[in-house]
Amino acid sequence: MSEMMKVSSNPHVRSKVTTSNVMIWVVISLLPAAGFGIYNFGIDALIILALSVLSTVLSEFIYEKLMHKKITIGDFSAVVTGLLLGMNLPSTVPWWIPILGGMFAIIVVKMLFGGLGQNFMNPALGGRCFLVISFPAIMTNFVTDTFTGATPLTALKNGQEVVVMDMIIGRTGGTIGETSMIALVFGACILIMLGIIDLRIPGSYIVSLLIFTAIFGGHGLNGAYLSAQLAGGGLMLGAFFMATDYVTSPITNAGKYVYGIFLGVLTAILRIYGGSAEGVSFAIVIGNLLVPLIERFTQPRAFGIPKTRREAK
Amino acid sequence: MARLTFAGGVHPYEGKELTKDKPIKVVLPQGDLVYPLSQHIGAPAKPIVAVGDHVLTGQKIADAGGFVSAPIYATVSGTVKAIEPRRLANGGMCESIIVENDGKYDEVEYTKPKPVEELTPKEIIDLVREAGVVGMGGAGFPTAVKFSPKEPDKIEYVIANGAECEPYLTSDYRRMVEEPELLISGLKIAISIFPNARGILAVEDNKPDVIAKLREMTKDEDKISVKALRTKYPQGAERMLIYACTGRQVNSSMLPADVGCIVDNVDTLCAVSRAVTEGVPLMERIVTITGDAIVNPCNYKIRIGTNYRELIDDAGGFVSQPAKIISGGPMMGFAMFDLDVPTTKTASAITCLTKDEVAEMEPSACISCGKCIEACPERLNPKLLADAVEHGEDDRFLSSYGLECCECGCCSYVCPARRQLTQLIKGMRKIQLANRKKA
Repeated sequence: MSEMMKVSSNPHVRSKVTTSNVMIWVVISLLPAAGFGIYNFGIDALIILALSVLSTVLSEFIYEKLMHKKITIGDFSAVVTGLLLGMNLPSTVPWWIPILGGMFAIIVVKMLFGGLGQNFMNPALGGRCFLVISFPAIMTNFVTDTFTGATPLTALKNGQEVVVMDMIIGRTGGTIGETSMIALVFGACILIMLGIIDLRIPGSYIVSLLIFTAIFGGHGLNGAYLSAQLAGGGLMLGAFFMATDYVTSPITNAGKYVYGIFLGVLTAILRIYGGSAEGVSFAIVIGNLLVPLIERFTQPRAFGIPKTRREAK
Repeated sequence: MARLTFAGGVHPYEGKELTKDKPIKVVLPQGDLVYPLSQHIGAPAKPIVAVGDHVLTGQKIADAGGFVSAPIYATVSGTVKAIEPRRLANGGMCESIIVENDGKYDEVEYTKPKPVEELTPKEIIDLVREAGVVGMGGAGFPTAVKFSPKEPDKIEYVIANGAECEPYLTSDYRRMVEEPELLISGLKIAISIFPNARGILAVEDNKPDVIAKLREMTKDEDKISVKALRTKYPQGAERMLIYACTGRQVNSSMLPADVGCIVDNVDTLCAVSRAVTEGVPLMERIVTITGDAIVNPCNYKIRIGTNYRELIDDAGGFVSQPAKIISGGPMMGFAMFDLDVPTTKTASAITCLTKDEVAEMEPSACISCGKCIEACPERLNPKLLADAVEHGEDDRFLSSYGLECCECGCCSYVCPARRQLTQLIKGMRKIQLANRKKA
């Protein structure tokens, strides 16, 4: 018999898209907003972002080294987590906050549950929520040299006037990466054009939030109020970059709409009736917990299977 | 006309430019010919020759082994050397008749049947059965059985499958370019079996020349229409094709005939035409020898039973040592570990690749991106099915419609984590189908 050839199951070709290049594109699409954050808040913001990314990547590396597991920092998911966490922090926080948050995000939220793909909650948001609950005063200090006073949504909640144009461009106080709606939407467009995310989750999130706010927000169809709700409070960052996190959002198409609408309504409830003016982070982490349930009830019906067979089963 | 398609699917690199413009080359076998007795779905054929017998080209050497079966004909003249198990392209062993080629190609006298117009449907089906025609797109289902549904008057469409969505393959394309009249004649014969049937020539729109030519040739036929389908893999899969052409859905427990459709590959219809108009049995087919590892990729008209190595040698051999040799195309073909296997009625191509994209990449953790769900033409959840297989949850596999999978490979193709989704699902399907047969 002649020389034996290698065999394997079909298909024998693969698309060019890999986990790491998906993650790299997410990083690239976050850069405009992160860059604007640095421009807006100065060198402090750059240091926070760098510490945060360093913390998440090193945490993953050291954890895997100590546990004798395969080193997976090459998939760039830790970089995404670190960048998102940093963008969710105010520029005024002390240096140990991003480090602690990064460690919590990676070790507690991600690695203890089995690493990439197994985490039940978005690690960056898990880290942020941990920090907000543990150090509320530090995490809500948005007073910098350029910006004094509350974030736009808090101001709005307290009955003050806000300049919507500033919010859209991003010349306001807030966390490093949440302020510029333009930069965030630009980044999101990159991801949408590359087919990495689609509009199912962000679209249903934003639309349901607007509808709920218009009905129950107490300002009716006030354009300025609704645009402020849209541009502020990290909604763009949350809807396009965190609610769409593959691991912690439903995999089924129907589930994506259910999840998006749930997030929209919950965010609106938290904003209108809750203690703080922002609700995106908490809405998303609570939504994350419901994902297995949503997926369970939204499994697609196979091609050619009549509707009735599901009940008959 | 609107472009017709289905939901899901993928767009792999087509690779058809390698052989698209290469005219079909007739090649005669040099060495021994091997005729496996199972070249079709159903019972193996029964040999009717003995070792030492002299056979002629076109002589029947094995008879159908049951209703769902097909006879086999010698494609050269020579002596029966042995009847023994031989290896097939898919890796399995199969009892085969081996004929030593005497190089004379003495042919039997074929009895020319009555003109087509005078034949009854039953006579046509008998001619097709006797000629050993099976589905030449890959499945190898005996065509005569396909032509005999329970209620022939319920058949509304006979679809000629010229989609050829599998990357690299151009055998059907060349057949349609060079012998369209044979295809149309075969389709007309198939339609004539069913009183209420219309013919559809379904071609992917990456072959505009064929579409234009077929439209021109059938413009006076009111029973035949040409449909330009959107180029997308797996457009030529039977269920996707029926959906794209008629909007009807077929699941794994149905036959196309249940929704009034009969689907036949274009090469099969050409064989039908030759069997019914000339009385010539199925002896040849078009095979594409292609891939970046081949010096001179070509389309060949071969005599069934020819050794693959002869074809590769005729195509100039290998540029460099191929990393992978695939019987068929890269999406659904079998990887071969040995070249010394015979061509069969269902052999459409050999694709030789210098790079093994699968071995290069380690599977990693699923990130639940949902790309497999988007790509699945059967609208399944491949992630959930593969998880169920890995966890040994047979019930969950079945209740999540695991048996509906058509093994097209789209999920593995798109998976950014490089999980072997198709392989896992395919393996479990085989087990479940075998269990079902046992029960």
